[in-house]
Amino acid sequence: MLAIFKRELQSYFYSAIGYVFMGCFLVIAGIFFAFGNVLSASSSVGTLFSNITFIFILIVPILTMKLMSDEKRSKTDQLLITSPLSLWSIVLGKFMAACAVFLLTLLCTGIYVIILSSYGNVSAVEVFVNYLGFFLMGCCLIAVGLFMSTLSENQVASAISTFGVILFLYLLDSIIASMSSVTMLAWLCKALNWVSLFARFTDFSSGILSLTGVIYMISFAGVFLLMTVHTLEKRRWSEG
Amino acid sequence: MIEIQHVTKRYGAKHAVDDISFTINKGEVLGFLGRNGAGKSTTMNMITGYISASEGRILLDGMDVLEQPREVKRRIGYLPEQPPLYMDMTVEEYLKFVCDIKEVRKKSRKAHLDDLYNLVKITDVRHRLIKNLSKGYKQRVGLAQALVGNPDVVILDEPTVGLDPKQIIEIRKLISGLGENHTVVLSSHILHEVADVCDRVVIINRGKIVAQDTLSNLTHGIGEAIRMTVRVVGPEKPVTRLLHDVPGVKYVESMGSKEENSLDYIVESDAKTDVRRPMVNAILQAGYSLLMLKPMDVTLEDIFLQLTAEEKGGF
Repeated sequence: MLAIFKRELQSYFYSAIGYVFMGCFLVIAGIFFAFGNVLSASSSVGTLFSNITFIFILIVPILTMKLMSDEKRSKTDQLLITSPLSLWSIVLGKFMAACAVFLLTLLCTGIYVIILSSYGNVSAVEVFVNYLGFFLMGCCLIAVGLFMSTLSENQVASAISTFGVILFLYLLDSIIASMSSVTMLAWLCKALNWVSLFARFTDFSSGILSLTGVIYMISFAGVFLLMTVHTLEKRRWSEG
Repeated sequence: MIEIQHVTKRYGAKHAVDDISFTINKGEVLGFLGRNGAGKSTTMNMITGYISASEGRILLDGMDVLEQPREVKRRIGYLPEQPPLYMDMTVEEYLKFVCDIKEVRKKSRKAHLDDLYNLVKITDVRHRLIKNLSKGYKQRVGLAQALVGNPDVVILDEPTVGLDPKQIIEIRKLISGLGENHTVVLSSHILHEVADVCDRVVIINRGKIVAQDTLSNLTHGIGEAIRMTVRVVGPEKPVTRLLHDVPGVKYVESMGSKEENSLDYIVESDAKTDVRRPMVNAILQAGYSLLMLKPMDVTLEDIFLQLTAEEKGGF
């Protein structure tokens, strides 16, 4: 697993992808920081994170699009699958590499916290909860992207489908809100509310650390990783 | 060593591999022959555990590939048709990565890699990016990858496709060297490719095994007498008739002139008779000159023809 993790991390920075992702994220975060925090004199990290969430879902596919699809296209999956590695360690290695790039990017934004704390009052707990929430949400989205990337050999297709799924998740809350007026669909609203990723994230960005939220996000990512492993396993048996 | 027992792989209604069984013995170099699309790669992918068989079992020393994948995969090195290379890595980084995933001990790693560099002759390119290497070098890196960890069995899927003649000779030499320490399975669609290096061949056609034997047994009788090119100085029609009248000759075709004043003919004889001596005598006695007599290579097609002819003859 460590070998896959190392190789994948290396490949992010051998190609432009790692830099593109970090660059995009930091530019956007910088803009929102300048306008949302500096110019409007706010010391809340929560504002920053909820502002950049939407932009973040646009760039997650950059991080995940080639994870599995490129292996399939260049047939290097033959090396991985015929090696003694288990499918789980392949999938986890790749997942963790993408999460590591994301974490690294997120740590770069620490400078904003330093700036904020030297000019205003910043609650350490709030900052920590916000970072934890944003990181966990990012991992969930990466797991979604990894799964979508397993479904196609084409990077563009996997990027677009990842974006589609994430966008749906993002809009889920507004869909629920607009359906809630219809009493017949109340059960559906309730059910959708259970699976809504971004509703859980809202808790974190208002500084509430809830164990259910953490467990929810870990299991959300776990389910997508499980589906990834199963898709790979199923492909070996495929008779199509 | 490896037993393939009644293995079938279905893709929809098509049987890519249809109920094949054969054994690969320890220490042998086995040639796996078949036309393109005959099921060679599918079979190799099943042996290495890349895909699973629809039916049947594949055992390596009694262990099922599907039940004990780790143990089996650790003992097999595989070079697929397209070498599985990461283009963004250097040769050295790539092979170190392969050492990692194949669980080669850290201690012995450096010596092992140095041996491999020397064996496949890639020492001079070890610091170059794989994407910048020529096809021949890429193939060699692929071969090195299959040999990482000194696996008992090395499976090579068409290792010489797309290489130039000089590279083919080098790779072939390498493979016959491998036979000393490893069990080697080598697939190809060209007969004379495996002729020099293999102890035994298995021939597959449309997903079924049509023959498995030593090559000399299979080509026995197809030998050098079966088809040849003859260059004769003389008028076309009488020469054709003359060649036709030689006992044992089944077919003569004029190929036109390749050298001044002479004509080339393709002569086919039945598998049992060597027609060369009577044919040459006949040409000379008739007062024509013989400039060349060149046996043509036995091809896979010839073996197929012979096998199907035998089948028909048997019934």
